[in-house]
Amino acid sequence: MSINDPGSGASPAISHFEEVEQSEPFVRLKRRHRSFVFPLAIAFLLWYFAYVLLADYAHDFMSTPVFGNINVGLLMGLGQFVTTFAITTWYVSYANRRLDPLATEIRSGLDDGLAARNAAGTNGEATR
Amino acid sequence: MNAWITTAATESTTVGTPWINITIFGAFVAVTLIVVLRASRNNKTAADYYAAGRSFTGPQNGTAIAGDYLSAASFLGICGAIAINGYDGFLYSIGFLVAWLVALLLVAELMRNTGKFTMADVLSFRLKQGPVRVAAATTTLAVCFFYLLAQMAGAGGLVSLLLGIDDKLGQSLVVAVVGAIMIIYVLVGGMKGTTWVQIIKAALLIAGAFVMTVWVLALHGFNLSTLLGAAADTGGAAVLNPGLQYGLTDLSRLDFVSLALALVLGTAGLPHVLMRFYTVPTAREARRSVVWAIWLIGLFYLFTLVLGYGAGALIGADRIKAAPGGVNSAAPLLAFELGGPVLLGIISAVAFATILAVVAGLTITAAASFSHDVYASVIKKGKAAPGSEVRVARITVVVIGILAILGGIGVQGQNVAFLVALAFAVAASANLPTILYSLFWRRFSTRGALWSMYGGLGSAIILIAFSPVVSGTETSMIQGVDFHWFPLSNPGIVSIPLGFLLGWVGTISSRTLENPAVAAEMEVRSLTGHGAEGATEH
Repeated sequence: MSINDPGSGASPAISHFEEVEQSEPFVRLKRRHRSFVFPLAIAFLLWYFAYVLLADYAHDFMSTPVFGNINVGLLMGLGQFVTTFAITTWYVSYANRRLDPLATEIRSGLDDGLAARNAAGTNGEATR
Repeated sequence: MNAWITTAATESTTVGTPWINITIFGAFVAVTLIVVLRASRNNKTAADYYAAGRSFTGPQNGTAIAGDYLSAASFLGICGAIAINGYDGFLYSIGFLVAWLVALLLVAELMRNTGKFTMADVLSFRLKQGPVRVAAATTTLAVCFFYLLAQMAGAGGLVSLLLGIDDKLGQSLVVAVVGAIMIIYVLVGGMKGTTWVQIIKAALLIAGAFVMTVWVLALHGFNLSTLLGAAADTGGAAVLNPGLQYGLTDLSRLDFVSLALALVLGTAGLPHVLMRFYTVPTAREARRSVVWAIWLIGLFYLFTLVLGYGAGALIGADRIKAAPGGVNSAAPLLAFELGGPVLLGIISAVAFATILAVVAGLTITAAASFSHDVYASVIKKGKAAPGSEVRVARITVVVIGILAILGGIGVQGQNVAFLVALAFAVAASANLPTILYSLFWRRFSTRGALWSMYGGLGSAIILIAFSPVVSGTETSMIQGVDFHWFPLSNPGIVSIPLGFLLGWVGTISSRTLENPAVAAEMEVRSLTGHGAEGATEH
């Protein structure tokens, strides 16, 4: 039995991946990943386009002075930098804590299964 | 001696000399060539040539991404836009930064885990190899070509600005020299050499901008408000408020929304950016790459805010517009004002190095896409003789290099600034929808991918061809005729939703279901990194 090559289409070992996909740890990993990145992606896109539309259509509001020569528009623009840096930092800490350990666990399970199948030669077990 | 240096000379005691610029640029080329030669020793396999043996660390690759991304348009263009149009130039730079969150959250790690060398590796993982690879290679080559042409045209413009060469022959010669050096970098150094060029260039660019930023701030008592006040005194209070550039008419406002869409969604679909994720050993390093890139790019755009307003305050919009190179001369003029000919020489050399590095990155991406996706996977059906794929890639590099030189000479003096925006629009309309669908939507089908890629690419090109940037206005590329019917200069607001829509319609209308087993494999691999190629051992 050949181990599937990246992108080479179907191979007999494949049903194994469907099992992994439905396994509890993988479902948990996928949920943790998507429930974090999707809302965050939508949130930063909304915030960015809110800013763009304000800068594009609400000139008077954006030109309101706050202190010295600093106006609302400049503060909101710098705010985009701050939120970008903050989201980056937040995502990295989340991924390090919540995603990486789980992904590593599932991967090592898969790699062990792969090694077992290789060792068993032609008729490896497809289950974990 | 050109008008700008004469003007500068009357304002200052020292005179900027092209020879200093050329010498410093020559030193950069010499140093990078040595680095490229040293890096080229282990360029044997495709993984070495295309992906630098996947041996770079996250911070190294992040710096290289910044080097790839911060093109001359970012540095000279944004500084100039802020100096002349004030707030609207700053507004423009923000889209370039925020866009990286799309790459960080949705694309970088999953791409690294699923693919080997190119964008098409990911897209064709569970879809039909042949047609999807050809489509992905087509959009990749289109984006690279538009971007490349814009950079080479920029090189011609920089020559007249920085070296005082005004005649057509001299400029063509410099474009040819830039192209030839680039070919050597990519041919000899492969991805490893190219990456080191990007890293060195990014370090020089960011360091140069940092020094000038501190200098400008020091002149204004390290107080941003004082600097803004000085800029407003010279350029009028309007420079502090939005609207000078994009707020003129309802159409120009809508045009900016269209541009903002393309900027924020295009970055994560730029093929030369995507390819950089394969030069690191793991998805974790790919994540670190993006984090480093975001910090470096973000800091750089904060510097350009200070530099732009600094140029507006110290030089003034009128002198900048009158100088050869117009808007693009703001940063070099500021460098001359601050540090005389030596700082001007350094900044000029950095600007040239920027073009060289970006062009090299684009060329290796285009060559990899052609030889890996079209030659090895489609023409040879994955059975190319060992070594032949890299040989084809090297031949492609030379062909693309020559095309870039000819194109760069051909478009000289023409207004092709829209090409960068077009490259982003194509990346956002043709590449990003397919990437996101194939990573996150189980049902996504081959037909959806093809419709989305060809539809996004085609609509972006057709709309730009019939837009005011090509014909019908005083600044259009083609003068004397008017065949435009699309009112905006940026096609994104139409072509990006169309790309997403076509991908969805194509998928729900196709009867053939893709293999669910391969879809499961792709999903497991993309999230866990199982089976992803690690660093090669040497």
